[in-house]
Parts: sequence; C-alpha cells; structure tokens
Amino acid sequence: MNIHEYQAKQLLKQHGVAVPAGDPCKTIGEASAAAAKIFGSGHKLAVVKSQIHAGGRGKGTFKSGFQGGVKLAKSADEAVAHARAMLGQVLVTKQTGPEGRQVNTVLIASAETIKKELYLAVLLDRANSRPLIMASTEGGVDIEEVAEKTPEKIVKEHIDPAVGIQPYNARKVATALGFKGELFGQACKLIIAVYKTWWECDAAMVEINPLCIVEGPDGKESIVAVDAKIGLDDNALYRHPDILAMRDLGEESPLEIEASKHSLNYIKLDGSIACLVNGAGLAMSTMDIIQHFGGNPANFLDVGGGASKEQVTEAFKIILSDPNVKAIFVNIFGGIMDCNVIATGIVAAVKETGLKLPLVVRLEGNNVAAGKKTLAESGLTIISADTMSDAAQKVVKSVA
Amino acid sequence: MSILVKPDTKILVQGITGGFGARHAKLSLDYGTQLVAGVTPGKGGQLFENTVPIFDTVADAVKQTGATVSTIFVPPPFAADAILEAVDAGIDLVVCITEGIPVNDMVKVKRAMQGSKTRLIGPNCPGIVTPGTGKDSHGGCRIGIAPGYIHKKGNIGVVSRSGTLTYEAVWQLTSRGVGQSTCVGIGGDPVNGTSHLDVIKMFNDDPETHGIIMIGEIGGTAEEEAAEWIKQHCKKPVAGFIAGATAPPGRRMGHAGAIVSGGKGTAEAKIAAFKAAGIGVAATPSEMADVLLKMM
Repeated sequence: MNIHEYQAKQLLKQHGVAVPAGDPCKTIGEASAAAAKIFGSGHKLAVVKSQIHAGGRGKGTFKSGFQGGVKLAKSADEAVAHARAMLGQVLVTKQTGPEGRQVNTVLIASAETIKKELYLAVLLDRANSRPLIMASTEGGVDIEEVAEKTPEKIVKEHIDPAVGIQPYNARKVATALGFKGELFGQACKLIIAVYKTWWECDAAMVEINPLCIVEGPDGKESIVAVDAKIGLDDNALYRHPDILAMRDLGEESPLEIEASKHSLNYIKLDGSIACLVNGAGLAMSTMDIIQHFGGNPANFLDVGGGASKEQVTEAFKIILSDPNVKAIFVNIFGGIMDCNVIATGIVAAVKETGLKLPLVVRLEGNNVAAGKKTLAESGLTIISADTMSDAAQKVVKSVA
Repeated sequence: MSILVKPDTKILVQGITGGFGARHAKLSLDYGTQLVAGVTPGKGGQLFENTVPIFDTVADAVKQTGATVSTIFVPPPFAADAILEAVDAGIDLVVCITEGIPVNDMVKVKRAMQGSKTRLIGPNCPGIVTPGTGKDSHGGCRIGIAPGYIHKKGNIGVVSRSGTLTYEAVWQLTSRGVGQSTCVGIGGDPVNGTSHLDVIKMFNDDPETHGIIMIGEIGGTAEEEAAEWIKQHCKKPVAGFIAGATAPPGRRMGHAGAIVSGGKGTAEAKIAAFKAAGIGVAATPSEMADVLLKMM
C-alpha cells in the first residue's frame, strides 16, 4: 500500500524526523487557515503541493491548463489561489499516464531556504535479507540515475535485525554524507528516526528525497525531510490499523478495489485480451504468452488455489467491466482443484454475464476429462485448447 | 537418492487441525508419505484421521516420533513463531507453506536461524515432492500442497518460485514419460529460507538428478546469482523459464516478491543471465520440458 506525502511526513514526524511545518487541505477554507498559519509564524515563503500517488508532480500539467502540481507562494493569498487551481482538478505527470489523477488534497507547507539537498532511504536488501540504509550527497534528483552514472556517490549501510540500528550505523552514514559539527549529531538522530519509522511501521520503503540542510529565519542551519515517500508491506497492515486508515481508495483502480473484496488478485493493464488464471506465476506467464504470440494482455488475474464458483463468476464480471476487453483467456492448471468445478463455474459465469466475446479455455489437471465434457455440453461457444501455446494462439487470433 | 527428503523421511505438520493444513495432511497420508505427527497447541493427545498423534509442542512431537521435517500451515501472524519453534526443536528441514507473513517477521526469523542446523524452505511455497514408485508416484514424500499424482519417479530436478508453474513443468515431464528426482517450490516471498542456487547445488551433487528445470520470476536477483554459479560449476543440463516479462514496473504481481522496482529484477535481465550461463531458455512455459529434453 502506498500513502500520500503528507501522511508519510506524519509518520516520520511521529518517529522524531523534522519535517517542514504544514497541513493537508481538502477545501479552500482549510487552505486559507493553513496558509495563514505559515505566514503568521514568520515564514516568507510557502509551497503548495498536490497530493497524488505519482511522481513528477512539479513538472506536471493540470487538464485545466494550469502548469505545475507543486507551486511556491510568497503570500497567503497566492497560496490559496494555487490551492484553488489544484483542488478537484486532474493532474497529468509522466507517471500518471494520460488519464491523470484528481487532486483531492494539497499540502501547504513552509518553504525553507535550502542550502544542500541529500538523499536518504531505508529498504530491504533482498540479496541478504537485511535492512539497508541508502544515502547519497546527490539529493533532489533521480536516484536511479545517480546509481547508474556515479555509483560511488551512493552509501550503503546494512542493519543487523537482531539488534536493530546502532548509533555507529548512523555515524557512518552521517560521515559519508559530509555532516560536521553541530549538524552531525542532528543527522545521526534523524537517520535513526528514519530507520525506526521503516521498521516500526513495517514499511517496504521509506525514501526522503530531498533531505535538506535548510537555513531558518534566524540563520541557523537544520536538517529537514522536504519530500517523503513511504510504501508499506501489505502483509503487515493487519497490525497497523492507524496506517491502514490512511488508504486512499481514490488512488486505486475501481476494478482492483472490487477484485480485492472477493479475494481476487487483479491488476488492470492496457491490452484487449483478459486473462483468468490460478496461481501468480501462471497468471504472469499467461500475460507473457499472449504478448509472445502478438496480443496484448488486459489484466493480471489470479483467482488463487481454491477458487469457488462464485469467485469465478465475480472474476468474469470484473474483467468484463473493462471496455477494452475483446476476448477472454481462461488458463487453469487444476492440481488439487477439480477441473470440473472450474468448468461448472465458467459455464455459470458465462450464462449469468451473457458473455458475447470469444472465450478460450485451457484446462489441465485433476478430473480434466469431466471438465472438458461440461464445457462441450454447455451449448456455449467456448474455444477449447489443450496447451497454453495453443490457447494463446487461438485467443490472439480471435481478436485479430 | 533425491534431495532434501526421501520416501521414508518422517514429517510432522504444524497447524494440522486447521482447515487447509488438515486437508493437505490427509492428501499426504493418502500419497503414502510418512506423516508421523501433528502439532496444534491445546490439542495434544488427540489423533488426526484416527492414526496420527497430535502434540502441543514441536519438541514433544520430535521426542515421541523422531520426525525430522516440519511442514507449517499456521496463519501468517503466528508463522514466524512456528518456524522458530521447529528450529528450537532441532528439526532438520522446515517447509513453510503459509502465505502473507510480514516481511520484517521473516527478516528476524532468517537472522535468528543463522548458525542453526535447520534449513527453511519457503514461506509462501507449494512445498517439496520426492515421487514414489507406486501408481501415480504413490509412496513418495509429499510435503505441502502440490498435487501428488502429477509426478513420476525419475531423474529431473525441478526448482521454482511459483506453485502452478512447478506443476506445469512436472506435468509436462510426466506426460512425456520423464520422471523427477525431487521438485522444490522455494516460494514467492522477498525473504525466503532457501534460494534457487541452494537447490541447484543440491541437484548438482545428487547422482539421481540428471537434468534441472529452474523456474524464476521478476523481482530480486536470485536467478542471476544461480545462473552465475551454473555457468562456472554445474555439470548438468539446466533449462529455465522466467515469468513476468509483461508485468508493469512497480506493481506486485500476486507474489509479494514479484516486483520490478528501481529498474531491478526485470525478466529481461534474468533471461540474459540464463542465456549467458548456457541455460536453455523456454520462450513460453509450454516448452519447459521440451527445452530440457532437447539438451539431454
């Protein structure tokens, strides 16, 4: 699960990480209050940031024509004007696709005088199953590019999960980032707090880019998380009801939300051939084989190992609500699952949904003969196939 | 020979009275597997299927029955504890079927297992099958949730992160009259106990295994590491398949570990590594068995 920048900053702040003063605003009234608070407390500059689960906001364009999903404001009035131009509007960035995302919340925060931009992240290193702190003196830019062009500028510090982060881990990272003097101690505290946010929230990733050395109105320097991104481990959400409450259904595809209600694992894609498969690996390779034979998959859909007749029917309804779908490919390897139960489910689903599109079914495994008989005797036009290759070629041909 | 388990290996099941665990424990008994004990805290003293004694703790079950392998079916919030209980009881091999364990729990478990003699397979895996010599491979050792009847005793080793793709490969082999030494599902989670490489090394050392099918998917770099080792050391033909070439970056494809993030873990990179290591790459999952058989 992903959360918004303002929510990520709330979690970081709870764990002791300094973030710029600011508030999330859903209405113009809230925006006025937030802007007044910032300028009233002596700040000379504010930033208004569109809250969507996609990057590239600053360079994005609203469908209304308004330029930029992140804007600076020199007065409270200007900040409110920006919020008015963003709230309720659809922002298109390089990561949203042409359909864009509706902005329902803006974050209005104090804009600090930035002296230096750094990068700090915590993630799991899958190669050795340990937490990893990644940091770089090159902040505010695409870190993947830094990793590719100048890998020596990326610092990595593994944490032993038996004891958790130790002060020396933080000192090594702070030193590598070039912190000195008074800021050194502050940096160590912040690195530990960021790590604790990652561990205690069961995050998949915490990324602060940029982490900034800023100069306050009094000329004093401090370290602040100016932007933040947190992704969470879905498997651990059951023990974090407070974080689960941050889920924004508006950021998810309606079909994916519907699928999750029926314990179906569905991901919408852009193609025309819908797939209904049991098992994640087989579901992925069903998409691959469609493309291999020149078609385009419309979705990933894993109905799981023990799919019921009802789940198969719901799965059909979900894939049929995608208007791009021109054909359906059902690919089932019934290991323990009885192929005849699946076949009965398919027949019921086709009848209930009044399916008119070409349907190619490949069944293999337990009680397959009975399953094929059920399909053949249903009176429905179902294209039967023996192997995955055969089925994929038939379904691709059906939409050609 | 075979790897990890033999037909006479004594196994126990943690979570034997849960719906899922009971169903598959019964299927293992029917397959002829030496299932000697079950563990469900609070149900010690009862019998499973009127034959298998149930114990309150793994330590008790091991002491009374001599089981050396445990299969775990307990729900995700309790799975880490169940694995560590098996490790504490001195079990040789723990196979964790449970899907949905928090990643940080597995990070802690893996760290705690360092230096212990126990090997962990999974979590989020279909388990292990060493086929037997009876009808439909009856009499073998079936640990987990794989359909037993699709197997056939023979000389091909299969290792995979995905359940259904393992069954596909096994069924393709069996349909062509080719049997398997052992089939191992290592699981689809980002933190698992045993890697592709660990299993490949065992197959390489097993005289009964003559060829290997390795099935991978997007996410992580475990397939690349296995390929690098195969290139240098593997004496046996290896065919491979990678799932997820069409998966959109940044999305988890069903398995918690199947995700391309930060440009890492792509199918393209894994297939390139396979090719560079002389692994026969199946362009589609339909061809996994044929690609291997052509190499042998």
